[in-house]
Amino acid sequence: MSTATAPQPQSNYLNEESSLRSWLLTTDHKRIAILYTLSITFFFLLGGIFALLIRIELLSPNGMWVSDETYNKLFSMHGIIMVWFFLVPSIPTTLGNFLIPLMIGAKDVAFPKLNLLSWYLFMAGGIFTVYAIIAGGVDTGWTFYTPLSTGYVNGHVITAATGIFIAGFGTILTGLNFIVTIHRMRAPGMTWSRLPLFIWSNYATSIILVLATPVLAITLLLVAVERFAHVGIFDPALGGDPVLFQHLFWFYSHPAVYIMILPGMGVVSELISAFSKKRVFGYGYVAASSIAIAVFGFLVWAHHMFVAGISVYAAMVFSLLSYMVSVPSAIKVFNWTATLYKGAIAYKTPLFYAIGFIGLFTWGGMTGLFLASLGMDVHVHDTYFVIAHFHYIMVGGMVMAYLGGLHYWWPKISGRMYPEAWGRIAALIIFVGFNLTFFPQFILGYLGMPRRYHTYPPQFQFWHVLSSAGASILGIGYLLPLCYLLWSIKHGEVAGPNPWGSTGLEWRTSSPPPTHNFNKLPVVTWEAYDYSSVPKNREEAPYA
Amino acid sequence: MPSHPESAVERSGAAQVAIQFDNAGQQRVAANMGMWVFLSTEVMFFGGLFLSYLVYRHMHLNSFIAGSNDLNFWIGTINTMVLLCSSFTMALAVRSAQVGKNRALVLLLSLTLVLGLVFLGLKFFEYWQHYEAHHIPGPGFVFDFPHLHHLASERGVELFMFLYFVMTGLHALHMLVGVSLITWLIIQARKRAFTPAWHNPVENIGLYWHFVDIVWIYLYPMLYLIDLSKK
Repeated sequence: MSTATAPQPQSNYLNEESSLRSWLLTTDHKRIAILYTLSITFFFLLGGIFALLIRIELLSPNGMWVSDETYNKLFSMHGIIMVWFFLVPSIPTTLGNFLIPLMIGAKDVAFPKLNLLSWYLFMAGGIFTVYAIIAGGVDTGWTFYTPLSTGYVNGHVITAATGIFIAGFGTILTGLNFIVTIHRMRAPGMTWSRLPLFIWSNYATSIILVLATPVLAITLLLVAVERFAHVGIFDPALGGDPVLFQHLFWFYSHPAVYIMILPGMGVVSELISAFSKKRVFGYGYVAASSIAIAVFGFLVWAHHMFVAGISVYAAMVFSLLSYMVSVPSAIKVFNWTATLYKGAIAYKTPLFYAIGFIGLFTWGGMTGLFLASLGMDVHVHDTYFVIAHFHYIMVGGMVMAYLGGLHYWWPKISGRMYPEAWGRIAALIIFVGFNLTFFPQFILGYLGMPRRYHTYPPQFQFWHVLSSAGASILGIGYLLPLCYLLWSIKHGEVAGPNPWGSTGLEWRTSSPPPTHNFNKLPVVTWEAYDYSSVPKNREEAPYA
Repeated sequence: MPSHPESAVERSGAAQVAIQFDNAGQQRVAANMGMWVFLSTEVMFFGGLFLSYLVYRHMHLNSFIAGSNDLNFWIGTINTMVLLCSSFTMALAVRSAQVGKNRALVLLLSLTLVLGLVFLGLKFFEYWQHYEAHHIPGPGFVFDFPHLHHLASERGVELFMFLYFVMTGLHALHMLVGVSLITWLIIQARKRAFTPAWHNPVENIGLYWHFVDIVWIYLYPMLYLIDLSKK
């Protein structure tokens, strides 16, 4: 329909149909993105409740509130929910689903029905896992190490593993859809060298999703069969080898760390460019570093196993390879900084998150180098140092990028602006709360506080109390966007097609976009982040 | 699954282009690429099992030989032949779809289906024999393998049988999916759904069938032919 002169409200993907059925059976990638956003918000809150209980318990050295068994279940369920039901799907299934077709100028992903199936698989997996929680929980840790998980614990291991197995196929299909979409659905003129960096990072993520997730699936299948049939594929008492489980598990779970950070890097590239009004410095290197991280990410898994009895020569090779991953990561950080240099910087909320990401990711990455070095790793292995390190990447990195991206694209998704002042306040609260929560954990870990313990020597209490206090601030910081973003759907200022003056194709159609994204076929004649190609009038949507 | 309008008259190439694609050519390469990416996932899925097999074969070589030599060599070999023939008929079926010979397509798909069912029948007969002999891993496992008995360990042979059941079981599951898909193809082909311009499902299910065949080409020597000289 022609919208150039049509009065508001125009027909868009949100208001075209409104029945529940039209949402549950939708094949529109934008609506599926909304379904995913609601689902992962639920899982984020659920995982957050477990984190809250952990921090309350750790306020006192003697373990006052819950038993050690309950405590084991709390951190296990926190890990399982947060890793598989929030972090892995977070940006790809929400912002990725919403933006990839829009950014490359396609009407939808290549396989829209498969896209909907992904969401149903994700929800089915989620239901299994939530059932495992309600029925009594799992206390193996999120890693399901054998033979603990197969022979010694009483929790609902098979149910939880089934949930992860099913949800895993959902993410595999998402990755498959993205790869084919990016290869085959680009608009005329949208060459590989003109793709936004968000697309490059999601492409790299999809490769990992497709190649690593099936290995986790088969590993969990073997764990379930071993537990069910008492055959010892990983149990040394029955002829198996528990280290093989660790190899298989980390062959997925280390690349999965990059599933959890690469999309965030893509978001940050977009934000840095949009709020400094400059082309990303070293575009080609930033794009290639995403692919390099995906490739190197497959070759470093055994750095989780330096103390598991692997050969010292293997450990040295894996240590060296782990150092090499920092090279493409550093390329990104340097190039983002160089992009900001002498840019026309606008201090909007998304940029707060992007700058927070760069700082926290750098800290998380640098402490990762401590853990990649053999001697240091033996000292801090399985301590709070490791906890702090990966929370700096996962929470300080990925969650910051997710929130930054959500704010930046909110006008496109909802058609309304979020309240800017509240946005900045929340971003600052989250940054302060995050550091107060996790920085003390570096110190705790270095001093010798092991992970997964609910009692500790009294001299650690000061740092634990600091961390718990920080967690309460962080919690408030996360609740604020939830409130004001929901408020803004009805009451926010109406957003035009391109409120930020950005360059991407998604900003050249109306906000919210029509059902098939573009009413006029886009033809791309400009390079990525070419601000001279943006229409001067921000109310103009050339392809709407 | 692509949608199918009821009227056969509408089944021209253009009628089958889904809304998100610009033309039938784009749809065809996208569907094809999707299947290849899916198969790469499948390779990694079986890959975890192949790695486990390698590790345990290295740890328990004599037990693996003992377990291997107790398998039914002739059923395994005949099944390999059957699957190779089914891949051949499938390849001819795809060709028939490309050149628009619909009767040949239905015939060749039916042959492929029959060969797939023969494979599954023989496989389940083999499973039944293992069951009769109490060679299913788990609490009821009986360690009475005649070959290399003095060198093999009960745990090692049980692990071999475990891997044998998981690997061939997952393979058989993939065969069942393949057989169902081919049945669907036959029904569609009898309704003349496929034309030289549009026969993406035939090509992609053909790819899947060849993949399942190739998995067996690896499983057969790994499980049945470890060291026949010790028999």
